[in-house]
Amino acid sequence: MSSAKNININLKIWRQKNAKAKGSMETYKLDNVSTASSFLEMLDQLNEQLINDKKEPVAFDHDCREGICGMCSLYINGRAHGPDTGTTTCQLHMRKFNDGDTIFIEPWRSKAFPVVKDLVVDRSAFDRIQQAGGFVSVNTSGNTIDANATPIPKQDADKAFEAAACIGCGACVATCKNGSAMLFVGAKVSQYALLPQGKVEASQRVLNMVRQMDEEGFGNCTNTGACEVECPKGISLENIARMNREFLKASIK
Amino acid sequence: MAKSALLKSSIAKKYWMALTGLFLCLFLAGHLAGNLQLIFSDALHFNQYALFMTSNPAVKLLSYLTYISILFHAVDGFLLTYQNIKARPIGYAKNNPSKNSSISSRNMAVLGTLILVFIVTHMVNFWAKMHFDENMPLQTITVEAMGQKQELYLTTNEGYMPVAQVAKSYEDATKTGAQSYIANRTEFYNTQAKVKIGEGYKDLHKITVAFFKDAKFGLIATILYVIAMAVLAFHLLHGFSSAFQSLGLNNPNWTPKIKFFGAAFAIIVPILFAIIPVYIHFFLK
Ligand code: SF4
Ligand code: FES
Repeated sequence: MSSAKNININLKIWRQKNAKAKGSMETYKLDNVSTASSFLEMLDQLNEQLINDKKEPVAFDHDCREGICGMCSLYINGRAHGPDTGTTTCQLHMRKFNDGDTIFIEPWRSKAFPVVKDLVVDRSAFDRIQQAGGFVSVNTSGNTIDANATPIPKQDADKAFEAAACIGCGACVATCKNGSAMLFVGAKVSQYALLPQGKVEASQRVLNMVRQMDEEGFGNCTNTGACEVECPKGISLENIARMNREFLKASIK
Repeated sequence: MAKSALLKSSIAKKYWMALTGLFLCLFLAGHLAGNLQLIFSDALHFNQYALFMTSNPAVKLLSYLTYISILFHAVDGFLLTYQNIKARPIGYAKNNPSKNSSISSRNMAVLGTLILVFIVTHMVNFWAKMHFDENMPLQTITVEAMGQKQELYLTTNEGYMPVAQVAKSYEDATKTGAQSYIANRTEFYNTQAKVKIGEGYKDLHKITVAFFKDAKFGLIATILYVIAMAVLAFHLLHGFSSAFQSLGLNNPNWTPKIKFFGAAFAIIVPILFAIIPVYIHFFLK
């Protein structure tokens, strides 16, 4: 059923030498791109062309290339992870584009995600938020109990699982007009808050994670709902509401 | 820690935005009920209502709460917007937000600022006149007896004071020999005894009708008012249901109902507000 064909495209890509350099949008022409190739393969093809021309290849993040690591992070034609919903950039294919298209490729734009080079941004702000409370403290000195020994209502387990599907890609921040990280933090707070193991430290967790989130310079959520639409893992706004409830509970304690 | 978090954190700002916003929605409903009397009631009842709204202690408390809410909502909103602009120092060369969010939700600050401008002009035009204007007229009626027209002030104890016998001030009364005079803007005093004999109604009805029927500015005032209500509708279209999300209420059972009610509120309330000046300008005799 191969209906693949080759297309010629124009690319407008953000180029920035390093974190301090100014950077600008550069235009490239790329011919004979198979519509069967993935978006990242198309960038590989561009980089080969650039290397052959003795030019600096475009730096972009990627790792698993199967939608699970959350490394790929491109703002394509004005949308995080490109025109598809429910997919990461690495799951996007060139069949979504037409011959002669001009494709804009930009890095995530957020004060908390500074550009390292070209399309690569530093998302360690997410790691620091996670370190501020995204864990449960358990004693592992030989007497750990089997996780399944603690009964958990199926409904809660499902919701926790859905929240835990967040891969920390940062598309929510990138797409939010306020550069808010609330969907990510909401998911991380929720995945623990819903489970008995997480309830023990729930108060400190939400206070610490929210404080870290604010300190990193993310913006304030105004409930536009853009994050939920663009999140490749379909994380729901319900998680932000749950975080707000958890935060209120913890604050008045 | 917890205390400062309730004031400073990004989530706390959301709560305050939501709480003040919802309180202002209640205020809108109450204000609308009052305004609708301009269509469905007469001048006396409207002015009686206006007197009640400016003198009843419980209403006074509510009005102070309203002023505070407006101020807090606006200041918090400006603060949020400022921080949110700072959170993205470099914007996108190409952005396509219409694919993932509503136009109202993305323009709350602009809509809110326009509403604030409206509130200020609205208060200058009506609220300030009602509260501070020395020349605020008192309500009168004209009666005809034996072919003679006579103008009478209406008093709050359902009595009448012939306008011709009431001077504008004590000094005027001593000069003209009028039996009574007006003091403290609304109170009628007997000139000889200098005792209060009654109180009139500030004629807010007359001021309002004159404002929207004004030969020069009535039409433009009506149009601007309708535009302001459209702006309000868009602000509420996002704001109403957004407040519940901020307060942590989002579940499959309630959220669709809240969204439906919010949309209905956002459309119906501004339309009803807007109908009133349109009615006054074009249809009121
Ligand atoms: S919530 Fe969604 S968009 Fe945000 S980091 Fe997690 S997976 Fe990515
Ligand atoms: S490269 Fe791992 S999710 Fe895209």
